[in-house]
Amino acid sequence: MTENGLLQIKNLHVWYKVYGGYLKVLDGVYFDVNKGERVGLVGETGCGKTTTMKAILRILPEKDSKIPEGEIHFKGQDILKMNSSELQKVRSQGIAMIFQDPTAALNPVFTIGDQLSEAIKVAFSSGRAHKETVKQAAIRALKEARLPDQERLLGNYPIQLSGGMRQRVCISMAVSTPRDLLIADEPGTSLDVTIQDQILRLLNELVEKKSTSIILITHSLGVAREMTDRIYVMYAGTMVEVAKSKELFRNPLHPYTLGLLSSIPKLSGGGIARGIPGRIPDYLNPPTGCRFHPRCPQALPECSVQKPGFYDVGDGHKVACFLYKG
Amino acid sequence: MSNKEILKIEHLKKYFKVGKKQGQPVFLKAVDDINLSVYEGETFGLVGESGSGKSTTAYTVIGMYRPTSGKIYYKGMDISFEAAKRPQSLKKDMQIVFQDPGSSLNPRQTIKQILELPLRLHRKIRGKDIEQTVIELLQKVELPPEYMFKSPPAIGGGEKQMVAIARALASAPSFIVLDEPTSALDVSIQAKIINKIMDLQKEMGLTYLFITHDLSLMRNVANRVAIMYLGKICELASATEFYKKPLHPYTRMLLASIPVVSDAEEELKPRKIASTGEIPSPVNVPPGCGFHPRCPEKAKVCSEVVPEMVEVEPGHFVSCHQFSAKFADFWKQS
Repeated sequence: MTENGLLQIKNLHVWYKVYGGYLKVLDGVYFDVNKGERVGLVGETGCGKTTTMKAILRILPEKDSKIPEGEIHFKGQDILKMNSSELQKVRSQGIAMIFQDPTAALNPVFTIGDQLSEAIKVAFSSGRAHKETVKQAAIRALKEARLPDQERLLGNYPIQLSGGMRQRVCISMAVSTPRDLLIADEPGTSLDVTIQDQILRLLNELVEKKSTSIILITHSLGVAREMTDRIYVMYAGTMVEVAKSKELFRNPLHPYTLGLLSSIPKLSGGGIARGIPGRIPDYLNPPTGCRFHPRCPQALPECSVQKPGFYDVGDGHKVACFLYKG
Repeated sequence: MSNKEILKIEHLKKYFKVGKKQGQPVFLKAVDDINLSVYEGETFGLVGESGSGKSTTAYTVIGMYRPTSGKIYYKGMDISFEAAKRPQSLKKDMQIVFQDPGSSLNPRQTIKQILELPLRLHRKIRGKDIEQTVIELLQKVELPPEYMFKSPPAIGGGEKQMVAIARALASAPSFIVLDEPTSALDVSIQAKIINKIMDLQKEMGLTYLFITHDLSLMRNVANRVAIMYLGKICELASATEFYKKPLHPYTRMLLASIPVVSDAEEELKPRKIASTGEIPSPVNVPPGCGFHPRCPEKAKVCSEVVPEMVEVEPGHFVSCHQFSAKFADFWKQS
């Protein structure tokens, strides 16, 4: 692990148990986050973005999933080997998560104040904090998320707030105490575009101010482009390409990335490409070799036999495709 | 595209009664006095955020709601009432594709059964011809003939939407409402469906009323675009004009908020207009211009007088006091 490294995932496999076998969802994921870095994770529905993040926090369903292989190092320690008290510490002080749907993330029967102060109390390592200190910390957190009239808000229930405000509350919960890493899972997707814009700008400001690292999970390449330093593109449980954000849009290499980029309708017009033929594979019996080969317009004979490595094409730009084996 | 009006909406209002306050009924003004025309063979885009009234407009046109007031004309005929009172020929001619194919297709029917009903009802096809026509319909949306024996849960989301499109085509309509047909799908599948929809339009000379919240998508499909906010149209123009010269502050805010994927697109985004505030509830519409609480360019008049639609250039309409002659002098002073 490099000196600057914060999170490092090596060869992670995650399977879900279903009737008739296992869904082999993650197939050897490699993923790094450095200190203070903003990393994007982009992919379409069902590609394993959220599964990867759930594995990091170990919130996968315990009975119905298994991790046959892999390591997740956070600040030098393997999360997969931690005991429950170490894990609790990572969750309360190390990593915070913001979910896609703020309505489901907040408990409808507790006030904002209850939920926010619980997060703050847990994060105090002594476990016992003065009531007034917690309240002040909660107010400060709401203020940071640009929520008005914080004192009154503490007594409100989630249903009294709009979607955008609820997501701001979730953000304030995540940043209420110092964290090393923030995982934001599609934080603006359930909101309108003007509200999404505000939420993303707020997140960006906060991580910059607190020099927190952030993993932004999104299906929108546009959001990733505006928000991150480096982007991973994921397809069917593997990382297919990683590059600095600017580089990825200037010089996309993997056939899947190319297909995805050409499918996006552009504000400048000029029509849309025909998309990518076929659909995401069945995880019960995934294709052998490269999982993209049945849909790939440039597939080679070896693609169906062997899984490609993650080939470096310079400056941290890596592609999992035999075309760039070099 | 011709200059023949196929659909004309005049002062359309659709209010929903949502409760009572001090004995007076309280209304949610979903659509509040809108005017627009759709020409034969074009794609008319209706854009807005959630709660802007774009779907209510479409549902009123298709006859799912009765308008509170105002008129809707289709091919010159007054159709300002609900579908039950409309003649059969009209129902055949106007169809709709919904946003979520998962809930708009009956999961217990086979695809053949789904496509059969409009064929029997509207085209009076009977017996062996039905199967042949179903196969032809599936071909039109690039699905293999054996799909007619499958049921919706057995096929992918993109394929389901293709079936929904085939169902709309089954009655051989000339006008189709597309209500966010791809917003539930991934971009690689969206691309396929949008291209199919555009091909079908050329092939069959269809007119579309296309509803979406995605301005980038709209740029690629629509001939003319209208932006809705709180039940009103705030800007209406041809697509090229609209993206080249957006005028209304809300339109510019929307355009500036879109995450884009290239520098060329970045150039097109209006500068210096950051989005602020949230959409107010349509039950409590602010007085004057509905957008004024969020507008960075508002003046005193905006909170007092409802702006009228003004034609700034031929075919380019804006409802903002900045562009109305009546208040132009006032605007310069303030």
